[in-house]
Amino acid sequence: MSDRILSSSAALAEALHEEMARDQTVCIVGEDLVAHAGIFGQFKGIPENFPGRIIDTPISEAAIVGVGLGSAMTGMRPIIDLHFSDFVTCCMDELVNQTAKIRYMLGGQVKIPMVIWCPDGAGIRAAAQHSQSLEAWFVHTPGLKVVVPSEPADVKGLIKTAIRDDDPVMFFQHKKLFAREGPVPAGDFTIPLGQAAVKRPGRDITLICYGSGYYLCKEAAAELNGMNIEAEIVDLRTLKPLDMHTVAGSIKKTGRAVIVHEACRTGGFGAELAARIQEELFDYLKAPVKRVAAKDVPIPFSPSLEDFVLPKVSDVVAAARYVVFR
Amino acid sequence: MTNQDKQYLDLYRTMVTIRQFETMAGALFADKKIPGFIHLSIGQEASSVGVCSCLRDDDFLTTTHRGHGHMIAKGADLKKMAAELFGKKTGYCKGKGGSMHIADFALGILGANGVVAGGLPIIAGAGFSIKMRKTDQVAVCFFGDGASNRGPVHEVMNLAAIWKLPIIFVIENNQFASTTPLQDACSINDICIRAAGYNMPGMAVDGNDVLAVRQATLQAVASARRGEGPTLIENKTYRIKGHFEGDPQKYRTEAEVKRWQDRKDPILRFANFLTEQNILSPKLDRQINDEAASRLQEAVTFAENSPFPEPHEALEDLFVT
Repeated sequence: MSDRILSSSAALAEALHEEMARDQTVCIVGEDLVAHAGIFGQFKGIPENFPGRIIDTPISEAAIVGVGLGSAMTGMRPIIDLHFSDFVTCCMDELVNQTAKIRYMLGGQVKIPMVIWCPDGAGIRAAAQHSQSLEAWFVHTPGLKVVVPSEPADVKGLIKTAIRDDDPVMFFQHKKLFAREGPVPAGDFTIPLGQAAVKRPGRDITLICYGSGYYLCKEAAAELNGMNIEAEIVDLRTLKPLDMHTVAGSIKKTGRAVIVHEACRTGGFGAELAARIQEELFDYLKAPVKRVAAKDVPIPFSPSLEDFVLPKVSDVVAAARYVVFR
Repeated sequence: MTNQDKQYLDLYRTMVTIRQFETMAGALFADKKIPGFIHLSIGQEASSVGVCSCLRDDDFLTTTHRGHGHMIAKGADLKKMAAELFGKKTGYCKGKGGSMHIADFALGILGANGVVAGGLPIIAGAGFSIKMRKTDQVAVCFFGDGASNRGPVHEVMNLAAIWKLPIIFVIENNQFASTTPLQDACSINDICIRAAGYNMPGMAVDGNDVLAVRQATLQAVASARRGEGPTLIENKTYRIKGHFEGDPQKYRTEAEVKRWQDRKDPILRFANFLTEQNILSPKLDRQINDEAASRLQEAVTFAENSPFPEPHEALEDLFVT
C-alpha cells in the first residue's frame, strides 16, 4: 500500500482507531480527552467512534496512573494520557515505585500492558513547567520501556507496537511536532520496539538522535552536505530497549559521532549513550563523542531566551564540524 | 452445629492461624532466620478476617506493608508465604518481593505494598477494570490511619465516588503511624467522616469485633456489587506489636499495650462469645490451635528446606518480552 501524507497527530489518531477496533480491552484515560478529543485534538474521531472507551478524569495524576496500572494488572490495555510530560512529577511514585516494579517484585505473577502517553518538548513559549523532555528519568528506571518517535510514520508504527506490548511503555511525543507531516503507510503498519532507523546514509559522521532532535539533524545534514561532509543519521526511535547494534554499525563505518537531543545536557540520554559508545566502540572512534542538547536551565518564557536555551541546527553543524576536523 | 456455627468457627480458625503465623514470624525474625524487615498485624485479626470472609476469590484486594493477615484471610498458601519471607525461590514472588511485596493473583490479591497508601491508586484501576469488563467483582483496599493523610487517598476516593467504582475502602485505624499517634497526625478522631466529603457512605466499626466488621463489610460489598459505588469503613483497632520487629517503641507504654491485649484482644473476645454460644469448648479450642500450629510447622519446614534463588535469577521477570 502506498504512503499518505499525514500529520504526526493524525498518524496517532489513525493508529489508535485501528488498535481500539482490533482489541476491545484498549481504552484511553486522562484529562480533557472527550470534548475536544484531547487538548491538542490528538484523539480526533475517537470519542465519536469509541464512546465509553475514552474517558475524562479529574485532575488527579496519581489516581490516573493508578487507573492505568490497576486495570492493566486486571485484564485491560489502558493508554494513560498525562496531558504534559512535565506532570509525571505528580505521579512519580505510581510510575517508578509501582508500575515499573510490580511485575518484578511479584516474581512475574502479572503483566502490565500499559502505555503512558506524554506530549513533551519545548519551543511553543509554554515556559518551564510545560516544556520539558524527561525521558532520561525513565531510561534510568528499570522496568519501563521508553519510546520517543520523530516522524509521523514512527508515531503510528511505534504506538501500535507499544499498545500490543505486554510491558509498561513511556511514550513521549513532541507537542510542537503534532502538525508536522510525513509519509505514513496505510494499514496495520508496526515498528518493533528497540529498532533504530538509519534515515540518511553517510560516510563521514554519525548523527544519533530521537524525537525533535531528528529534525535538527535532517537540516544539519543538508547543510553539512554543502560543506562536503556526509552525515549518517541514526534515529533511535526507542531509547529502552536500545538498538546498540545499529548505532555500532554506523560508528564502525564513520568513526565519529554527535548525539542530538532537546533534553538538557547534564544527565540526559546523550550522556548514557556517549558512555556506551566509548565503552563498546573506543577502538573505532577517531574523535570524542559530542552532545548537542538544551542548556542546563529551566526552559524560559521569553522567545529570545527560549531560543537561546534550545539546541539549534547551527549547534549540530558546529559539533559535527568539530568532530570531523579534530 | 448449625451452618452459622460452622461459619463462625471458620472465622475463628482463620484468626488463630493469622495470630500463630505472625507470632512465629516474629520468633523466626528474632532468630535472624528472616532477612530484612517484617511488620506484624498481631491484634488486628478481626479486621482482616471480618473483611476478607465477605469476599470471593475473584474479588480484588490490595494491602500494605503489614499484609500477612490480609493474605491469610483471603486464603493464601502458608507455605508460599513462609518461603517468600525467607527469600526462597519457592515463595510467592520467587524471593524477589519479600514480606512487603507479597501477592497472590489467583486469589485476586494485587499485592502488599512498601509505599504507604501505594495500594489505593492500584485499587482504583482494579475498580475501573471491573466496570469496563462489566463484571460484578468488587475491590477492597486496606490502608492505615497513617496512610489516610497521603494525597493519593484523596484523589482515589474522589475518583471512586464520581465513577461509582465497586471499591470498599478499609481504614485499619490501629492508632499509630510508625511512631506517630493518631492525635498528632489527624485533625479528627474518626477518619471515616472524610467519606462525607466524597459523598460516599462511611462508618466507624469496632475493628476488634469480627462479627461487627463482617456485618459492615457485607453491606458495603453488596452495595458495590449492585453498582452503587464505594464505601469507606474505618475499623478501629490497635497495633499490639511495634511498627516493625525491632521497634524500640518509645512512643507508648507497655501498660497501654497490655490493656489492649488483656481486655480488647479480638481473638479472646470472639472465643468468649463462641464459648457463651456453646460453639467453642476448651477441647475444640485446643484442637483448632494445634491444627494451626501443625500447618504452620509444615509451612516453616517447607520454607527452610526450599532453595534460595540462583543469583542470575535477579535479572529475570523484569519484562514479558
